[in-house]
Amino acid sequence: MSELALRTDALGRTYRKARKRWWKRTDPAASKEFVALDGVSLEVKPGELFGLLGPNGAGKTTLIKILTTLLAPSSGRAWVDGLDVVADAKALRPFINMVSGGESSGYGILSVRENLWLFSRIYGVANAVINQRIDAMLAVVDLADKANSRVSHLSTGQRQKMNFCRGFITDPKVLFLDEPTLGLDVTAARNIRKFVKEWIAEKPGRTMLLTTHYMAEADELCDRLAIIDKGKLLACDTPANLKRQVQQHSIFELSHTPGSGGLIEVAGLPGVHQATTTETPTSIELKVLLREESAIGGVVQQVVQSGGRILTLKKVEPTLEDVFIELVGHGLNA
Amino acid sequence: MRPALELFWKAMMARTYPRVAWMFRHRTWLIQETLLPMLSVIALANVYRWMHAPVQYIGIVILGAAMTAFWLNVLWSLGAHLYWERDSGNLELYILCPAPMMGILAGMALGGLTMTIVRAAAIVTTGVLLFDVPLEPTSWWLLGLIFLLTMVSLYGLGMMFASVFLLFGREAWHTVNLLQEPIYLMTGMNFPLVALEKMTHWAIPAAALLIPLTAGMDAMRQVLFRSEGFLNLWYEVPLLGVMSVGFILLAKRFLDVLERKAKEEGKLTVKWQ
Repeated sequence: MSELALRTDALGRTYRKARKRWWKRTDPAASKEFVALDGVSLEVKPGELFGLLGPNGAGKTTLIKILTTLLAPSSGRAWVDGLDVVADAKALRPFINMVSGGESSGYGILSVRENLWLFSRIYGVANAVINQRIDAMLAVVDLADKANSRVSHLSTGQRQKMNFCRGFITDPKVLFLDEPTLGLDVTAARNIRKFVKEWIAEKPGRTMLLTTHYMAEADELCDRLAIIDKGKLLACDTPANLKRQVQQHSIFELSHTPGSGGLIEVAGLPGVHQATTTETPTSIELKVLLREESAIGGVVQQVVQSGGRILTLKKVEPTLEDVFIELVGHGLNA
Repeated sequence: MRPALELFWKAMMARTYPRVAWMFRHRTWLIQETLLPMLSVIALANVYRWMHAPVQYIGIVILGAAMTAFWLNVLWSLGAHLYWERDSGNLELYILCPAPMMGILAGMALGGLTMTIVRAAAIVTTGVLLFDVPLEPTSWWLLGLIFLLTMVSLYGLGMMFASVFLLFGREAWHTVNLLQEPIYLMTGMNFPLVALEKMTHWAIPAAALLIPLTAGMDAMRQVLFRSEGFLNLWYEVPLLGVMSVGFILLAKRFLDVLERKAKEEGKLTVKWQ
């Protein structure tokens, strides 16, 4: 077991409605039980950058909370660095850290440097190394000029960068990043992705579990990925292998104007395996997975006959999004 | 054992820091924390003066105002603090870290205590200078010991409140408000505790003794002004000692319950759940 950085065995988590108390009004609309995780078994090797993909409410954050000892599983077991997350929680905590996207932690009255100092000290990091690490991390996220600014004066993105630094300054063995680039600008997100890859490579044995909504980010960063929906693990493999699963289909992207009757239905056409439509202010973007390439003729004909005008048509390579749609049945934002 | 104590110390000092930094960065607090409470002290002291009450009564009011500052701090800044920490997202990080939560809570208590000592000292100094109250305790050492025991037990109670409020109260400030006003009366903030016994029944001040503020103030008044106490001083001092240990142990127990329930129920530590 110790050769694995993370392991879960039939991990489950059910949220139960709170017991009725005489002094508290309970919400009659709240359901009695909600299964957030359902028998998830995973194995992550040391040195891996492992990704979790899933729509909102899929169970990603619940899984991270269990692995970071913040939440107890309802069934199954989990180990991080060979330590049981329930029985050995105290022994495990010095070796892990977590950063959640959009979190607002920290003290507004303190500066960025002071906040990072505070959250390093509760991990026992010596004063002699804290400032060195803070300077290095602030340079990574381009926040060095704000080191002495009060956190209450920072923008949401800058605060997010500070929290990103907080996760790394304690030099964890296993790091959990829950949507780390959420709300960051393109350049900052790119710098963070670059740093994450360097950080993993820098010291053997460092492991990272990352959840993200950005498919391209997952594709670029992760050695392996798990796709999770409604608490169940649907697939787990390298991005390349996952994409190979949908390579049996030809994928076309077609941009067209709306038809006379609004959206044009093509999913039921012969040879069409799957179709997803995205509306933009100026056009409709249609992505079709075809069992046979020749079926594209029928799709084009259907669009034209429905009053739509084709703007662009191209054949594309499968992406993680296609894998996701194939497994979950809809896109991340659907 | 040593690394554990070292981590406790680091966590405590780190969590003390935001409160101390706040003191230096929001200097207007000195006005609101010293001048404003003095207004009610001046009013009450003048009432006693017009009634030709002994000067010790003015001392009782000044001590009451100073000690009540600690009670307010325990309620608002310590009791309700885990609640605020949860809402700001910090509580989750504190539970996740290897430092003991008791170290974090001790840091919150120490930060609050540092600030309130300044407020209490300002009230006592201004009050004594304005009203010429004689300060002739039977023993400065005994006074210091009683003050220390009162602080340890009071802040131990506050540390216990911190978990209790988060466990049972979704609206911490309602609980705080509920505890604030009746305590002014029960602890004998502006009058000797024996007066409460004469006004009501001995059971009321006896029950109030379980609040460290009551026992502490009654004992300090006996030492400072040689006034009549509700209970003999030599019962009140050990009682404060027992409460000091008891409340700290209870605080630890409730913290353990809090952490267990937080894990089981999936809430309490996470603001959006």
